[in-house]
Amino acid sequence: MADRFDAGYQFPPIRTTLELVVGVLTELLKGLRVTGRTMIGTITGSELVTTRYPSEMREKPQRFHGRHVLNRYPDGMEKCIGCELCAGACPAKCIYVRGQDNDPENPTSPGERFGFVYEINMLRCIFCALCVEACPTEAITMTSLFEMSSTNREDAIYTRETLLMDPVGKVPHMFPEDELADLGELDTADGWLKATSPSGVAAYEGVEMWRGTPGPANWDPEPSQDVRDERTSEEDADG
Amino acid sequence: MSWPEFWIVVLRVVLTFGLLLVVTILNVWAERKILAKMQSRIGPSRAGPYGILQTLADGMKLFFKESITPRKVELGMYILAPFLAVIPAFLIFMMVPWGRPFTIGGHEVALQGTDLNVGLLFILAMSSMAVYAVVLAGWSSGSKYPLIGGVRATAQAISYEAAMGLAMVAVVMFSATQGDGGTLSLAEIVERQSGTWGDLFPALQPVLQFVPRWNVFPQIVAFVIFFIAIVAETNRAPFDLVEAEQEIVGGFHTEYSGMRFAMFFLAEYINIFSMSAIAATLFLGGWTGPTFDGVLPGIVSAVLPTIYFLAKTYFLVFLFFWLRATLPRLRYDQLMQLGWKRLIPGALGWLIVSTLVISFRQFGPPWS
Repeated sequence: MADRFDAGYQFPPIRTTLELVVGVLTELLKGLRVTGRTMIGTITGSELVTTRYPSEMREKPQRFHGRHVLNRYPDGMEKCIGCELCAGACPAKCIYVRGQDNDPENPTSPGERFGFVYEINMLRCIFCALCVEACPTEAITMTSLFEMSSTNREDAIYTRETLLMDPVGKVPHMFPEDELADLGELDTADGWLKATSPSGVAAYEGVEMWRGTPGPANWDPEPSQDVRDERTSEEDADG
Repeated sequence: MSWPEFWIVVLRVVLTFGLLLVVTILNVWAERKILAKMQSRIGPSRAGPYGILQTLADGMKLFFKESITPRKVELGMYILAPFLAVIPAFLIFMMVPWGRPFTIGGHEVALQGTDLNVGLLFILAMSSMAVYAVVLAGWSSGSKYPLIGGVRATAQAISYEAAMGLAMVAVVMFSATQGDGGTLSLAEIVERQSGTWGDLFPALQPVLQFVPRWNVFPQIVAFVIFFIAIVAETNRAPFDLVEAEQEIVGGFHTEYSGMRFAMFFLAEYINIFSMSAIAATLFLGGWTGPTFDGVLPGIVSAVLPTIYFLAKTYFLVFLFFWLRATLPRLRYDQLMQLGWKRLIPGALGWLIVSTLVISFRQFGPPWS
């Protein structure tokens, strides 16, 4: 402190003080401008980021990893063949599947077996969709539904009844009547995957039996038996 | 005192009190709403239209909550402190004239709690009293964070009250030249700001007749210093070191809950409004403005001054909110530096300059 009272100490010139005041005020105005603009932007709606969640839903990305759904073919057959590959692929070990032989008179799935028991523990699931990649028939896919809160642990284990979609592509959801369950999303997302030759019924041959939704399996419809026979004979001739 | 006079006093106090309460409840809501808009949010929107009843709902909740008394508190002071915060806050606003006086059955009713002839001194005294509440709350809580908050409040109040007082002195001195002698009565200071600057400078009448005769124009530096000081005085961002949530978990009111906390909260918002009202009264002409008497119906002309007063006050209140949304909190040494090294010397310098100008205009140059 003492050196301040030495003869050598000079007070800062008035110009410096003025520059300081002007500088502080301009910086202050810059800051006020930012918040002021944001306020006007928010009031006019261009900068508003909040959505009033239960009443208005934010649009989710197309490949959102929501809860799972077990798909059906358009004729109502289940796609799951009870192969347990999903359970094997699951890193969280949250899927439990048991297969059972189909009743030949009244089959549940087009294959030999079907998923008799299918349980996913949603408390353990990490929504990685490795089960979706493992599935050979695209029976299990992710939806964009995400409201899965429950009041006890038992309710968090989704069984076959909860996971399986009904023939019109709806899934049982926690609040089926509630606006929270935006079941319409299933129609546009992965709800129906592209399926071919459902249940081997001849009437469906050469008909593209899927809805035009994007998905990993973008194959052509299965050709009719004649075309297939021709191809096989050509391959035989080449060989 | 006759009965009509008694009822007029009751009417004045009740009206002022009611205005203050309603406005404070609205202010809490307005701050949350405006702050939300400045942060791209919506803000309270569930209770009532646009969430306007949110404050009432919060108040009800606090009212029914338990007021916890920690074991280590100094009980007397601990209970007294919230009252010490609220009472001065209400008393300060009692000085502010918030509308044009009107006549009822031959008696004049001034829209003002009471018109003390030492009004400004009373305001300064009361705003110092409010600091005691914070300090005592911090000390009596028997906990370290409140104590730090209380100590900060002491230092902050001392440094900024000086600047605030000096800025007020400049205005009072200037106001003394505008009428018949000096005055500390707020009603008188407002009266002297009615009209336009054109009345004083006939030469510049065409231009100045549209400029109201507010003290802010000749006293702009005092206004800026006064405004900074009242932001610090009411412990608002960016000077809210006293309750800085991020460092000292709420500061002086850490140990308070329920209704006792609500009183501190109420006091803070009352202080924002009444300090803005005082700034509007001293610098922006209070309730004065064109009332169009005889052109508009009488009731409109009677209500217009109150609307002018509220508009001016809310402009400043909005500035409070705007600053809070914009500026980060000052560091403690920066706060002290701004107070002692910038504002007080600045206010003193401005006082000297305005003294010189006033005496020059009154007595002519010293060499004459």
